[in-house]
Amino acid sequence: MASRAQPLNWVQAIGAGFALLVALMLLGPLLAVALRAEAGGAGLRAADWAAIRFTLVQAALSAALSCLCAVPVARALARRRFAGRQAYIALMGAPFILPVIVAVSGLLAVFGQSGWVNDTLRALNLRTVDIYGLSGVVLAHVFLNLPLAVRLILQAWLAVPSERVRLAQSLSFAGRDMRRHFEAPLLRATVPGAALVIFLICTTSFAVALILGGGPAATTVELAIYQAFRFDFDLGRAALLGLVQVGICLGAGLLAWRFVRGVGFGAGLDRPALPWPGDTARARIGDGAWLGLAAAFLLLPLLAITGDGIAAISGLPVSVWQAAGRSILLALASTTLAVTLALPIALLIAGHAARAGLEGVGLLSLAVSPLVVGTGLFILVFEVADPVALSLPITGLVNALVALPFLLRALIPAAMAAEATQGRLADALGLRGLSRLRHAILPRLRRPLGFGAGLAAAFSMGDLGVIALFSAQGQETLPLEMYRLFGAYRTNDAQGAAVLLMALSLGLFWLFDRGGRVNAAT
Amino acid sequence: MTFARHTIMTLGLTLITGGAMAQTPVLTVYTYDSFNTEWGPGPAVEAAFEETCACDLQFVATGDGAAILSRLRLEGARSEADVVLGLDTNLTAAAVAAGLMAEHATETGALTLPVAWDDPHFVPFDWGYFAFVHRTDMENVPDSFEALAASDARIVIQDPRSSTPGLGLLMWVQNVHGVAAPAIWEGLADNIVTVTPGWSEAYGLFLEGEADMVLSYTTSPAYHLIAEEDAGFAAAAFTDGHYLQIEVAGILATADNPDLAQSFLDFMLSPAFQEVIPTTNWMYPAALATERLPGGFETLIEPERALIYPSDEAEAIRDAALATWQAALSR
Repeated sequence: MASRAQPLNWVQAIGAGFALLVALMLLGPLLAVALRAEAGGAGLRAADWAAIRFTLVQAALSAALSCLCAVPVARALARRRFAGRQAYIALMGAPFILPVIVAVSGLLAVFGQSGWVNDTLRALNLRTVDIYGLSGVVLAHVFLNLPLAVRLILQAWLAVPSERVRLAQSLSFAGRDMRRHFEAPLLRATVPGAALVIFLICTTSFAVALILGGGPAATTVELAIYQAFRFDFDLGRAALLGLVQVGICLGAGLLAWRFVRGVGFGAGLDRPALPWPGDTARARIGDGAWLGLAAAFLLLPLLAITGDGIAAISGLPVSVWQAAGRSILLALASTTLAVTLALPIALLIAGHAARAGLEGVGLLSLAVSPLVVGTGLFILVFEVADPVALSLPITGLVNALVALPFLLRALIPAAMAAEATQGRLADALGLRGLSRLRHAILPRLRRPLGFGAGLAAAFSMGDLGVIALFSAQGQETLPLEMYRLFGAYRTNDAQGAAVLLMALSLGLFWLFDRGGRVNAAT
Repeated sequence: MTFARHTIMTLGLTLITGGAMAQTPVLTVYTYDSFNTEWGPGPAVEAAFEETCACDLQFVATGDGAAILSRLRLEGARSEADVVLGLDTNLTAAAVAAGLMAEHATETGALTLPVAWDDPHFVPFDWGYFAFVHRTDMENVPDSFEALAASDARIVIQDPRSSTPGLGLLMWVQNVHGVAAPAIWEGLADNIVTVTPGWSEAYGLFLEGEADMVLSYTTSPAYHLIAEEDAGFAAAAFTDGHYLQIEVAGILATADNPDLAQSFLDFMLSPAFQEVIPTTNWMYPAALATERLPGGFETLIEPERALIYPSDEAEAIRDAALATWQAALSR
């Protein structure tokens, strides 16, 4: 292995340098936060404990509900073959790259007091549902994470080799037997991991809590950091809360890391999937109902926001278009930065130089919340320059760091596969350095690179986090401008901006993802 | 000292750059969101002041009232702002204590506030009574905080850390109920649909139908009556009295152009500014006789008791009141 890593040595040197840089960019602000928190030293107040409790409770509820709903949907997707199944699975990916603020406004249109659901409930003389506070935050998190849960659990289902299913068929397994011998172990192995990943994502939730939470009863730690910063301008307090957030993230991150592992059903010959034994008409109807419900839950808010906003796009004020332009540039810049950092690091990790330690870098950036890094960078910059003037570059930097783990996850397996399949041939041809990278490795990385860059661009486009922390007038990104329009009760313009934002996010993702596929042999 | 240095610098610059000084000076005024909207007082005030000042007046909106203060502290000496407009008396002591403010030289003899005014740092521009606003078809409108807490009315309030109405409500409850304030807040907790960062968000939610009542002002129904010709809104009269808000402006210690800032404060009390206030900011103007208020304002409720803490007292009880509020609402 080590000898095969040789020909890309200088790339790996750059990778090591970048990995170090990323670690510095994450640990530097963290250190600044830690030092400042000690200087604050007031200790945690009752309201801070309430924020910690709320963060954990809502994340646990969101993770549990997402997984609970995902199990029947994933099962239905695994068992059924129907026209549009691929499109359905693709749709499952959409909320993941959807800007959070767009998702929330869609949910408001459906579940708000004057939304469709409550209109119907009122017409039926039933109690209306409340979208603000805990229930709203959990609802939004389930909306955003259900697709991820379905995908994670579905993968486990699809990993069952069809040989095993054939064996079950020949043993005349009924539904009960399938549950006992296949589904129970499969779920036991995947659901805890999926739940923990979602739990981790939800503990760093900011935009959802900003819009649907607020008030001491529904404040996440991330939101409390923002409030300490923005409302009280209490940097010591923001830093202290930042440390709490790091603790929560690291705890959940380490747990997730330990639990996320494959299921041992053995390998098969990748024969086409067989019908699941013990399949009754009732099971078919049940599966159909779950698929229909999940599709309605995921699609209705998007349809609502599109229907409300599409007519408003042409009349949007100039400020929205300016913000959109700013957001596109920001997304492109942070994607470029993320890809530049990720590629050498991925090649380094794939070269098995120092695997565990380096994957830790990716994990670290997943575990350190954007708001904490933002706060830390603010504290660092504040001493020497005006952080408000630098809000866009700082946002771009943090966005790139947040996107890094996703890029690494996509790139590392592909880079390893490329070395494994093309490495010997390249050795035999004496390909080294840049030409080896160009001819043997990069073509194999195009697709994951395009996909990862698409994710990074969509994230950056839709991000409403660090920019909210220290933005000034004239520096709004599109999500922030949309939030302001909502706040100023210019609902129509806000809905128009939502449609624009959604189109830009999905469009950027599509462009990059597509770019990765062009001319790709695989 | 600062004034003197500024004058010298300005003189020096004039001599050095000569013709370049023909560039119009810029007066930067930090204010709250709803002040500088197309339907707020901002555009009219800007046009009127620029007619007389030979300057460029720029409003910068930075969230709700209390958020302006934290923005100024965040920017410190780097701030571009010359004037801050939109703090209220609950926050003025904090702004002065933070060393942000310079003294003003505005003549405040003609003020029409319900209380006397002698603050050396701030000049009031409008005032109003906080009140819960509701639609007139609401049944069993509460007439006190106890009644509100006992009812199942759904209310939206603002965060006292970012919004002056939110902070005003804190002071109001404290003023009326004193040591019983925590119990009142615990009783109100289940009535509160959500807590918004600013007044605009809260009022928007109320109009969208997310709540039965919203914390606003006794003057808010006038907006619906005059601008929308809709008499369907009213403010709930509380028998214990209503807390008074006096909105103020002041010159920043770091102002680049203190003379221009001072002339803006003087302009603020002139009819050109004051007459715009009732039908754009929907508050009572600080220096305009009652008979010059627009028709429709006479329909508004007039609280029998006006409650207010002096600014230093408000500052002294703010932290404790905030902690009470947070503790009661985070249960």
